[in-house]
Amino acid sequence: MENRRLMQTSLRGAIATKQSFSGLLRFARNDTLFARKDTLFNVFVLVFLHLVFFLAIFPAFAFASVPQKDFCIECHKTLSEAAKEPADKIESDVHFKRGLSCVDCHGGDPTKDDFAEAKDPAKGFIGKPKRGDIPDLCGKCHADPAYMRRFNPNIQTDQLSKYNESQHGKLNAQGDQKVAVCISCHDVHGVREVGDPQAPVFITNIPKRCASCHADKEYMKDYSIPTDQMELYEQSVHGEALLKKGDRGAPACPSCHGSHDAALPRAMAVGNVCAQCHSLTRDLFAKSPHKAAHDKLGIPECEACHGNHKIMRTTDEILGTKGDGLCVKCHTVDSKGYAVATLIKTEIETLKMDIKESEGIVTNAETLGMEVSDAKFDLDQSKNSLTKSRTYVHTFSKEKVGEIVKEGMGLADKAKGQGQKAIEEFKFRRKGFAIAIFFILFLAGALYFKIRAMERD
Amino acid sequence: MPKLTKKIYDWFEERYGIADFKDFFAKKTVPVHKHFLWYYFGGITLFLFCVQVVTGILLLFYYKSTVAEAFESVKFIMTKVEFGWLIRSIHAWSANLMIFSAFIHLFSTFFLKSYRQPRELTWMTGVGLLGILMGLGFTGYLLPWNELSFFATKVGTQIAGSVPIVGSYLRTVLRGGEEISDATLTRFFAFHVMVLPIVIAAFLGIHLLMVQLQGMSEPLSVSRDPNKKEMKFFPNFLLRDFLVWLLVFAGLLTLSVFFPWELGKKADPFTATPVGIKPEWYFLWMFQTLKFIPAKILAFDGEVLGILGFGVAGAILLFIPFIDIWSKKEKRNPLFAVIGILAILYILFMTYQAYFGPQR
Repeated sequence: MENRRLMQTSLRGAIATKQSFSGLLRFARNDTLFARKDTLFNVFVLVFLHLVFFLAIFPAFAFASVPQKDFCIECHKTLSEAAKEPADKIESDVHFKRGLSCVDCHGGDPTKDDFAEAKDPAKGFIGKPKRGDIPDLCGKCHADPAYMRRFNPNIQTDQLSKYNESQHGKLNAQGDQKVAVCISCHDVHGVREVGDPQAPVFITNIPKRCASCHADKEYMKDYSIPTDQMELYEQSVHGEALLKKGDRGAPACPSCHGSHDAALPRAMAVGNVCAQCHSLTRDLFAKSPHKAAHDKLGIPECEACHGNHKIMRTTDEILGTKGDGLCVKCHTVDSKGYAVATLIKTEIETLKMDIKESEGIVTNAETLGMEVSDAKFDLDQSKNSLTKSRTYVHTFSKEKVGEIVKEGMGLADKAKGQGQKAIEEFKFRRKGFAIAIFFILFLAGALYFKIRAMERD
Repeated sequence: MPKLTKKIYDWFEERYGIADFKDFFAKKTVPVHKHFLWYYFGGITLFLFCVQVVTGILLLFYYKSTVAEAFESVKFIMTKVEFGWLIRSIHAWSANLMIFSAFIHLFSTFFLKSYRQPRELTWMTGVGLLGILMGLGFTGYLLPWNELSFFATKVGTQIAGSVPIVGSYLRTVLRGGEEISDATLTRFFAFHVMVLPIVIAAFLGIHLLMVQLQGMSEPLSVSRDPNKKEMKFFPNFLLRDFLVWLLVFAGLLTLSVFFPWELGKKADPFTATPVGIKPEWYFLWMFQTLKFIPAKILAFDGEVLGILGFGVAGAILLFIPFIDIWSKKEKRNPLFAVIGILAILYILFMTYQAYFGPQR
């Protein structure tokens, strides 16, 4: 197999040339040849050897770099739309750019322009592979680390094994003809690298790719799973970040479900999925009393409050027991959890009010032209505390949240104090100015009258 | 004279013969005429210079001339030091008013032909003083190390680098290296608080001494008037000077309190030059001229020609008492008035263009 692949590259001619060249050198170094005393004969032999040498290597050098004609592409380009498409698309294909061609997947002999010879099953021609065979066909190379290393030493080669473990792979093994195979996501003949923004599997394109099947009610009717994931995802904070703002750090379908090993996250492991990014929040949750309760009752962790595909931007409204507060989903009025939720909510609202009041005063001082950069710095710090306190809600501990709120309030109060001082200072400056100007003008007036009186005399 | 004052006076008189000074000042007079108003501008410039010295020394108590601390120290002055905001604001406003007043003083002297014999050196030291004041403005502008001043200095020193022959040397000397850096800040500081003040003290000393020795110049129209009037310098004119200074100080205080000088953002040498970076207003007409000059005029570099042009204009200004040979004969040549008016119009037009014209 190794040899076959090597022969398929354009180096074939060059290897043959190298072999004859070294043989010739060995022949030329043969001492017995030069031991003859007949000089004329020696000259004749040398001229002959040079001639042979050039005749042998010249064609090899001259034609080695010219790629052989690929009759698959040549021929298909002349055909009608459907048969022509592969030949058109292949030029942008990552495999083609790396020196592979039709023959590497479909077999046959691309050097022959005769239809029967080119598509001779004896030469390995398989035609269009069966859909279910595609993963194994791709895996022939992509699951072979030794082969793949020559293109990229860091490339992953576990896609096939992961696929076989995935829901898609399992259904494919059962003979499902609709389930996704490699080409369903990566396209065929025009396959692009994952990092290519035009690739269907590029991070910003992938939700659309998954949705091409998963949002198609007709296509998915045989599978008892919902088809509204894309619609929900588009409304979510993650979808908004990825699809509208182009934030490539935002999660797409594979970030939670996996790509080649795509499967539903296990409900109880959903926290681990979210923790890939929200690690601190997860840590706090894991140490909180909620963890044991969720485990005991079999309630998914993050999902229970934040949902899955339609994860909305969190607001303070979902905290607590009133209005849109989510805590009442589980905690009844007379429970301890209800009381704690109310207290945490109160703490955070107090800090927000404090920050708002300080901000008003500092802005007022700034509008008056006072230098308040220190106050603004403290105000920013207090806002950081507010953000932190929101994260620490996941400890579900009123003490821990209260501690951070206290710290934030201290900073907000400090900023407020600085703002008030600046406003006082502004008033002082105006008063001082009025007094100073009064004295200066009084002195100027006195001087004026002094001069007049002096000159009158 | 009260007894104690007389005692002190006698003590000095015995040793230094100060009666001569007293007589000199008692006899010193100032001509009174319709252009009398312009006499105040020299005094106003001097007063504002004194304000600069006092406020400058106060700022020096807190200012730190390193890249790491300059901005923070000025911020400290403005926020933490008692009345620091006022002192810094007065220093900045007074600097600008002083240069404005010096320009008025220069042009009024020019139009009244006060530079004519025998006051050639008074004029020349005056032109030198204006140059030094602009130098003080240029060096002082960088000291707070904010974004505007940093990039204005970068552009300004870049222009200095276009001076023929010595340009690149001059730029390196000004910057203390290839780029605006800590070395630039420390040497601008040294120039601002030591080198230029020493030079200005020498020039100002000569300038004031000659004004006192030779008295105020009379305009040509007045000197020929047989009914010309005068007033005593001491105390009549000096008291008037004080009165004007008080009014100027009131104006300065008003500007400083109602329009405090901003500190801006700390300079970041690694950011790109922000759009619309301009030098201080008194350099703007030159800056705008250089922007208007085509890149190439015949085989010569436009900017170099522009700078040479400023050099020639400066030399003409400096040597005007010797060029205007008619004034020496107490005759009026309207050519110089026309040149002066054109120069003012040019400066005003270019400054207007720099502020309100198309921004390129």
